[in-house]
Amino acid sequence: MPDRPIWKSGVTLAIIAAICTSLVAATWQLTAERIEHNQQEWLERSLRPALAGLFFDTGVTESKLTLPPPHGLPGSGPAIIYRVYAQGQPVAALFIVSARGGYAGPIRLLIGVAMDGSVTGIRILEHRETPGLGDRIEIIKSDWALQFDGRSLRNPEPGKWKIKRDGGDFDQLTGASVTPRAIIKAIRETLIYFAANADSIFARGDD
Amino acid sequence: MAADLIERFKIGLWRDNPGLVQLLGLCPLLAVTATFVNGLGLGIATLAVLVASNALVSATRRWIQPEIRIPIYVLIIASLVTCIELIFKAWFPELDRSLGVFIPLIVTNCAIVARAEIFASRNPIGSSILDGLVMGTGFALLLMAIGAVRELFGQGSLFARMDMLLGGEPMHGIVLAENGWLFLVLPPGAFFCLALAIAGKNAIDQRRQTSRNEIPRRARRLNR
Ligand SMILES: Cc1cc2nc3c(=O)[nH]c(=O)nc-3n(C[C@H](O)[C@H](O)[C@H](O)COP(=O)(O)O)c2cc1C
Repeated sequence: MPDRPIWKSGVTLAIIAAICTSLVAATWQLTAERIEHNQQEWLERSLRPALAGLFFDTGVTESKLTLPPPHGLPGSGPAIIYRVYAQGQPVAALFIVSARGGYAGPIRLLIGVAMDGSVTGIRILEHRETPGLGDRIEIIKSDWALQFDGRSLRNPEPGKWKIKRDGGDFDQLTGASVTPRAIIKAIRETLIYFAANADSIFARGDD
Repeated sequence: MAADLIERFKIGLWRDNPGLVQLLGLCPLLAVTATFVNGLGLGIATLAVLVASNALVSATRRWIQPEIRIPIYVLIIASLVTCIELIFKAWFPELDRSLGVFIPLIVTNCAIVARAEIFASRNPIGSSILDGLVMGTGFALLLMAIGAVRELFGQGSLFARMDMLLGGEPMHGIVLAENGWLFLVLPPGAFFCLALAIAGKNAIDQRRQTSRNEIPRRARRLNR
């Protein structure tokens, strides 16, 4: 071993740690505002499709409600609900839930529900389904997700909330029926939850 | 000087390519190369970290006692990766979302520690930056090549979602077929493509070697 005292190594390490920390701090200073802005914009952009054709005058993300489990909605984690209003009257609720039973883990799902209980639109926010099979649920890959627009608990009737090969009304994806089954089930559960809890959803305060 | 530069690039891109020859950084190489744009994105991020870490390690090499060099490399690389992650989140948020955890995982890309240890800790700063540049480019090109092959044959498209880098509306790229050979998109496909790339490189090197040996022999025969 060299007879260099150990404290010298400590000082070197401390100096380099200080330099590295300032580097990170400076980068953070430079980027923090943009990152915050990007995240907000991404959230708004991902929620908007579920509000197509509706009139509302509040911000999409303004009125947020987080429900810790157990909440009765699909998914074992917390569920998020954004409430949207026009002139003080509720217009729609946007649910962010996790569909279970996908091919590869939970599927994070946005479901918009209008006050009459019909679906205003659904979008897939996050998933790990197989590329080329299950990933056609993404709107950029196919129109599959659009078939739910305007559907409600009575349209189709309860026994028809299935994919066609199971005797239902909804299109499956070729070679991938696990993924669609999981999503259809989650949408239906969300509509049932909305039917039972619409009043209390809009009565509660924001987070 | 220019010849020297070309020689260095040949070493980084071909002879000692970090992915093909040194077999370093296989985790990102296998995990994110399902599409071209992911390969390109991670390639750029790794290249940037590698250049910066080589520069910092080289600049501080005189003060770094050998016994604490590893913690210092880790410190430098981890800080740089954090910076790159912040920069991606700020300017390429879509790509950041697509690459997910693999940007922070650049910290564990052993190609970067390896270049710090093998090269930057013993060479002047300019030469170390060049080393980062050639090795990073070699790694990025390999990521892009594997990404392109897997996307083309696995999904039937090429250059899809380039908007994640360039901005603007979602781009579908060049779509040649609706579907492809699923196997290539799944993780085993990555191993398969890497194996083909390594075998291809070895075959080319071998052929060059033999032709180099043969020319003098043929010349001798002609002389006789
Ligand atoms: C490697 C691999 C990945 C698959 N990925 C999915 C997927 O992401 N989503 C899906 O619904 N089915 C996927 N499948 C197919 C399902 O296992 C199942 O065969 C398909 O959904 C048809 O089911 P069915 O016969 O009950 O209709 C995959 C199969 C394999 C072998």
